[in-house]
Amino acid sequence: MYTQGLDSLGADCLHQATDAVTLEQRFQSKVDADERIEPKDWMPDAYRQTLIRQISQHAHSEIVGMLPEGNWITRAPSLRRKAVLIAKVQDEGGHGMYLYSAAETLGISRDELIEQLLAGTAKYSSIFNYPTPTWADVGAIGWLVDGAAIMNQIPICRCSYGPYARAMVRICKEESFHQRQGFEIMMTLARGTAEQKRMAQDALNRWWWPSLMMFGPNDATSKHTAQSMRWKIKRFTNDELRQKFIDITVPQAEYLGLKVPDPDLRWDEQTQHYIHGPIDWKEFEDVLKGNGPCNRERLETRRRAHDEGRWVREAALAYAEKQRARDTQAA
Amino acid sequence: MSQQRKQWPLWEVFIRARSGLEHKHVGSIHAVDARMAIEHARDLYTRRQEGVSIWVVRSSDITASDPGEAEALFEPAKDKIYRHPTFYAIPDEVKNL
Ligand SMILES: [Fe+2]
Ligand SMILES: [Fe+2]
Repeated sequence: MYTQGLDSLGADCLHQATDAVTLEQRFQSKVDADERIEPKDWMPDAYRQTLIRQISQHAHSEIVGMLPEGNWITRAPSLRRKAVLIAKVQDEGGHGMYLYSAAETLGISRDELIEQLLAGTAKYSSIFNYPTPTWADVGAIGWLVDGAAIMNQIPICRCSYGPYARAMVRICKEESFHQRQGFEIMMTLARGTAEQKRMAQDALNRWWWPSLMMFGPNDATSKHTAQSMRWKIKRFTNDELRQKFIDITVPQAEYLGLKVPDPDLRWDEQTQHYIHGPIDWKEFEDVLKGNGPCNRERLETRRRAHDEGRWVREAALAYAEKQRARDTQAA
Repeated sequence: MSQQRKQWPLWEVFIRARSGLEHKHVGSIHAVDARMAIEHARDLYTRRQEGVSIWVVRSSDITASDPGEAEALFEPAKDKIYRHPTFYAIPDEVKNL
């Protein structure tokens, strides 16, 4: 492979070609060739802004996503379940950290990002604004919400922006256990007493549609899809990913002996896909706008945690500065 | 208010996965000092035994080459293909070369 260009290298054709093309064209051809864009490379401003928006929304979702499940850590039904849930919630916090780091490589500070979340100007996934009234919700979240997240995230492992793609590789490696522990909880409940099975069914009823909404609006109404696909930030459309998710999840529900809460759902022999009923996009818009059942509670919890932790952050910094001053004096 | 509040500095994290392997960059972390950077890196990047050793270095202490200079720096190596063994045609009957 090293020598294959030897005979054709006679002229210095390699250098001249690049001078004529613009930065933007060169950027796009790098993306087209499946090369990665790295932090110090030139990139269009809109690409940078799109990434900051998408990566930070993703990071905020991981962070807020700790809350609905975190509610159940003290009430998990066994020590094993508690240890697993703590590990899972800790992973989600870690995912938020990987993603904030990736966003920071684009020139925005961690403080700015967190401020946007706490001020309510940044968005996060609508799914985390639903409540978790029963233990079965922890199972349904792992199975469906993490399942949908995996479906969304796997293609981003090949995203054109290097730091985002690398963060996503780490995240995807960790997600699989999240989904499996959730399914295991559902399986245990579905095979349990009649009341436990009812609990599992009730959780599926409440989480099914919000999980489908996680993939975002219909392709026809999604504003950013075309440009994001051209930039290879996105590899599949919202509807494509949603369809994949439905196709693999419905048989899992059947295995559990639970019923997917969609009266129009049916298998289509011709397309070899499930056909599903209409999604209530009004609900999606409402939750996104801040009117979901838990939007205020989630943000308030984050704000309180941030405020109550302030003295720790400041004290740690003051201590380190004092330590450094002492060291330089001694030297 | 955030303008005057000071951020914890950023550190780059390098992890040796197993003894015998080199330390490899895995990401970054915020911490007030080196000790805390190592502790946070341990919590964040080695939850599944991904490492046996951690290096941290202040991000601001890293000097990186400029992508704009990539051609000047790296192109000259491109036509020196005689540095690779496959450049030399050796008859098949000669063994062990
Ligand atoms: Fe996650
Ligand atoms: Fe997860």
